[in-house]
Amino acid sequence: MRLIVEDLSCVRGGRRVFEGAGFEIEAGAFAALRGPNGSGKSTLLRAMCGLVGVEDGDVRLGDASLRSGRDALQEQILYAGHLDAVKPQMTVSENLDFWRRFYSGRETTTDVLKTFSLDQIADAPAAYCSAGQKRRLGLARLAVVNRPIWLLDEPTVSLDVANVAVFADLIARHCAEGGIALVATHVDLGRAPDLEIRMEPFQSSEKTSGEADPFLAEGAFS
Amino acid sequence: MSALFWRDVALSFRIGGGAGQSLAFFVLAVSLLAFGLGGETDLLARLAPGALWVFALLACLLSLDRLFQADYEDGSLDLILLGPIPVESAVIAKTAAHWLTTGLPLALASPILAVMLNLPIEAWGALVGSLLIGTPALSLIGSIGAALTVGVRRGGLLLSLLVLPLYIPTLIFGALAVRAAALDQDVTGPFMLLVGVTLGCAALSPFASAAALRANLS
Repeated sequence: MRLIVEDLSCVRGGRRVFEGAGFEIEAGAFAALRGPNGSGKSTLLRAMCGLVGVEDGDVRLGDASLRSGRDALQEQILYAGHLDAVKPQMTVSENLDFWRRFYSGRETTTDVLKTFSLDQIADAPAAYCSAGQKRRLGLARLAVVNRPIWLLDEPTVSLDVANVAVFADLIARHCAEGGIALVATHVDLGRAPDLEIRMEPFQSSEKTSGEADPFLAEGAFS
Repeated sequence: MSALFWRDVALSFRIGGGAGQSLAFFVLAVSLLAFGLGGETDLLARLAPGALWVFALLACLLSLDRLFQADYEDGSLDLILLGPIPVESAVIAKTAAHWLTTGLPLALASPILAVMLNLPIEAWGALVGSLLIGTPALSLIGSIGAALTVGVRRGGLLLSLLVLPLYIPTLIFGALAVRAAALDQDVTGPFMLLVGVTLGCAALSPFASAAALRANLS
């Protein structure tokens, strides 16, 4: 298994966010996606799982690809973005259990809650969680769902040092089992990535014409 | 799919859920009409079929803006779209949960409100029946509007503008069925048309909503 990104380019709001993004990640590899703010890391991750339309290029994994067989590709991917997908009205364990059942995960949630030190607040409504607890609950989802490709966008935001280590362990275990983790992050996870992908070579200053929003055109409000 | 359905049903009974609110709106709006027109019992009886259907429709509309918006705001919608079930199935699960918690209670509560509006007792069966058959169409059509306006801040008004014109056939045939029953006429025609509207919506709207959701997120 090998995740191949070929010549991917993406246009958002009349601006080309990145172009010609291409790299390959081998099974069992932990790859770090790096680049300054606004360089398109989040857009690249969302484009790779089909949540953002791509202008050109493809993402391939075995027989599945973004252009032909998007569903088959998406079934291999587990995405975790800036938002934790936590329902404040449900308890911590209900939240995790819902995602486990929705994604037909096999593992039970009890051990995972313990791993992320959420077992003490398992029956409390998620509305009372701190930002760090919510983030841990979001990341705990990775442990209860069995999908080989992890695309994670700034997963360590609001985590303390101890929990970053727990999370790094989770990634190490996932990769040891032959999974792939692509993580956009600014921090050091305490483990050197097998592969570092930088956004800078994919940058483009060229403004796209054509379908640009007329209300955003220069002089539209003058 | 059942996980999503039961989660939505459970959420609608928690804080901020829409289950009780639509029903309460329905009861209050009908009561206001009854109080406003006072003792004009004949007039109330004549207004009742249309009024009950209009208020049921508005009550249903009220809760629609949260159908996908809540999941969009907390990031759940991304994960639902990437989930193992087709987006169309997810739409069906969410729409079914919406109907179970809004449309069904409206239909079951309607005889009590029929008393307030002096609707002849012969028409009660048609009222409950037409609401049972017609409210799924309201949830289904509404899901298209909710999917189109997901991500639009304060999109509730826009949602109403998109959805209300599409509610017209359901309203016409639903109210017609109740009126025909009140006048002791044959109700087969309006009921058949109402069933047709609902089945048509059931066939089309999951695809339309799923397409709108995909387009909105990319």
